Amino acid sequence: MSRKAETDATKGILTAPYVLEYSYTRSTGPVLGRFFSGLRDKKIEGIRVADGRVLVPPVETDPVTGDELDEFVQVGEIGTVTACSWLAEPRAEHPLDKPFAWALVQLDGADTGLLHAVDCGSAENLEVGSRVEVSWRDERHGFITDIECFRLLGD
Amino acid sequence: MAEDPITGIVCPIRLDYTITPGRAQTRFLRGLESGKLLGQRCPATGKVYMPPRGSSPTHGLPTTEEVEVADRGTVTTFCVVNLQFASTVREIPYVCAQILLDGADIPFFFVVQEVDVNEIRMGMRVEAVWKDPSEWGPTLENILFFKPTGEADASRESYKEHV
Amino acid sequence: MRDVAVVSFAQAPNLRSDRERNEVEIVMPVVREALDSVGLEQSDIGFTVSGSCDYLTGVPFSFVMALDAVGAWPPIEESHVEMDGAWALYEAWVRLQHGDIDAALIYSFGKTSLTDLDKVMSCQLDPYTLMPLWPGAISLAGLQASAMLAAGTVSEADMAAVASHSREAAQGTPEIPEAEGPADVDDLLSRPRVAHPLREHDIAPATDGAAAIVLVAGDRAAEVCDKPAWISGIDHRVDTHAPGNRDLTTCPSARMAGERADVGRSHIEVAEVYAPFSHQELLLASELGLGDGVDVNPSGGALAGHTFMVAGLARIGEAARRIHDGTATRVLGHATAGPCLQQNLVCVMEAAR
Repeated sequence: MSRKAETDATKGILTAPYVLEYSYTRSTGPVLGRFFSGLRDKKIEGIRVADGRVLVPPVETDPVTGDELDEFVQVGEIGTVTACSWLAEPRAEHPLDKPFAWALVQLDGADTGLLHAVDCGSAENLEVGSRVEVSWRDERHGFITDIECFRLLGD
Repeated sequence: MAEDPITGIVCPIRLDYTITPGRAQTRFLRGLESGKLLGQRCPATGKVYMPPRGSSPTHGLPTTEEVEVADRGTVTTFCVVNLQFASTVREIPYVCAQILLDGADIPFFFVVQEVDVNEIRMGMRVEAVWKDPSEWGPTLENILFFKPTGEADASRESYKEHV
Repeated sequence: MRDVAVVSFAQAPNLRSDRERNEVEIVMPVVREALDSVGLEQSDIGFTVSGSCDYLTGVPFSFVMALDAVGAWPPIEESHVEMDGAWALYEAWVRLQHGDIDAALIYSFGKTSLTDLDKVMSCQLDPYTLMPLWPGAISLAGLQASAMLAAGTVSEADMAAVASHSREAAQGTPEIPEAEGPADVDDLLSRPRVAHPLREHDIAPATDGAAAIVLVAGDRAAEVCDKPAWISGIDHRVDTHAPGNRDLTTCPSARMAGERADVGRSHIEVAEVYAPFSHQELLLASELGLGDGVDVNPSGGALAGHTFMVAGLARIGEAARRIHDGTATRVLGHATAGPCLQQNLVCVMEAAR
C-alpha cells in the first residue's frame, strides 16, 4: 500500500493514493455449488420454483414461499436479450477488454435474466429481443466468468 | 475422472482511492513539513487535540486555534508486541505506546524504541527521534520513533486522566 | 402512533469534489445549522442516528469518526445504518414511537469524490454471480432504461424532459452550485449516448455532501417550529436483489411503500423522489400515483447532484421545507437504495397534525 503524500497541483491540496484490496473466500452452498460445477462442464442449470418458473442463476429458497428448492433444470446456451446497455470504456476487472454490452439474457427454458457481457461490436447491433449464445472460456474453474461472454447468434 | 464439485469461490476486490486530509489535518501535516507538531484547541474546554481532526469530539465544534505541542511527553500506557503481523516491518518484540505530548490533552500512538521491553513503563518520559530535516514531508513518518529521555518518570497524577 | 414531525433540515452544497474538507468538516456545520434553526442543543436530543457507506472512504467503521461532528460526550444514544440517511430517519421515527424521548437528530454524508462511485456500487451486488463481473450502477440503470424503452413505458424524449426540468430547477440554487446548464429536450436528444441507451443528461453527476434533519414528537414539535412537517405515513419495502429476477419496467416495492404510507389519501402538492437516472423519476411517479398537478422534484432532485447516502434524506428534507415555508400542505419524500430502484422508502408529510 502506498501512502506517499503528494500535492494537488491545482489547489495545493494534499492527496495520497490509497488502495483497498482483498479477497473473499465464499462457500457456495449446495445450489450455487452445483451451478458453478455445471459451468465448469459447459452446462447451465436453473432451479424450478413453486409457481413453475425456472430461475437462472438458481437460488436456494423459493422467493415467494420460502421453501427449499431442489429441482434443477438444465437450460439452453441460447437466449433472448431482455435488457441491454453499452459499456464504452471497460475497466480491468470487466469480463472483456474491449467495448461491450451488458445484457440480461433469458436463456431458452429459463424465466429470468442472467446478467453478462455481450460481445457485439457496437451498441446498435444489440436490442431487446436479440438472440445470443454463450461463448465459453477455454479454461474453466467453476466461476461466473467461465462464461466468457455472449455473442449474437450466427456471428 | 470427474472433478470435485465446487464448494467455494474466491472473489477478489480492489478499490482505488485518492484520499484527502481535510482542512484541519492539512494544517497539521503542513506543520510536520517544518518539524512542528500542531495540535488544535477545543473552544469550549480549552483541551488540545493531537493529532487534530478539525473538531472537538466532545462538543462538535470546529477547532480553529493551532497550538504547538512538544515532541516529548509521557507514556500513559503501552503494549509489547511479540507477534509478527502481516503488515509489520519491525523486528519483534517492539513497543507501541500511548504518549501524552507536553502541551496536548490526548495521548497519541507511536512506536518506542531504544528501550528494553522489560523497562518500558507508564510514566516513562520519551522524546521523538526525527529523520534528517532534508527528508521531511507532510507526514508523521518524519518521526522515526520515540525513545526514553532519561528524565525522572512523570507522576501518575500528571497523566492519570489519560489512561 | 405518536405524532412526529420534521422540524428542521440543513444540507451542504452538493459539490463534484469537496476536496478541501474531510467528512467531519462537511457534517459539522450542517448538524449545527439543523440544531440551531430550532434552538436545540445536542443535550436536547434523545437519539442520534446516521447513514453512510464505509466503502466510499475505504475505511471500516469510518462512520464512528463522523461522530466527532456532533459532540457525543457524555456518551449519547446513537445508531448508524449503512444506508441512505432516509433509513436512519426511519429508525429515528421508530425510536420516537417508544415515547421516552422527544427529539432525534439524523445526519448522513457521502464523499464520493475519493473513489469511483460506479465501481463501489458494484460491491452491493450478489457476490457470487453479479459482483465478480463488476457491472456498475450506470450500466444496471441502462438495462432498466432499455427495458422500459422497449416496453414503451417511457420515451427518450420523456427522459430528456425530466433532465431538462432538473437542470432548470437546480439553476442558481445553493444546494447545487455546479448544476449543468439549461437545455431543452431537442438539444439534449441531439447529444451522444454515453451508456447506450443513456445519455449524459440521464445520469446524475456524483457529488460530495451531507444533510441533517431533526425530528421532534408531539407538542414539543410545535414549540420549536412554526410549521412542523408532520409525518402522516412512512414505509419502506424491498424487491429482490437480483435485477434479472425482476420486471425492471415496474417497481412493486415503491408502489407498496406508497400505498402503505397512504400517498393516495389526498392530493400531494410536492414530491421529491430520489431518482439518480432520468427514467427512474418517471417510473417512480407512475408507481407512486403522482399524476398531473404534482410538482415533482422542484429542487432539481438527485439527477442534478447525487450525493450517495444523502440524496434520500435530502429529498425528505426538501419536501419538508415546503411545509416549513408555507408553500405546501401535503408533500412526499422518497428514497431508494440498491440497483435499479430495488429498495424504496416513502415519507408523506402534512402541515396539519
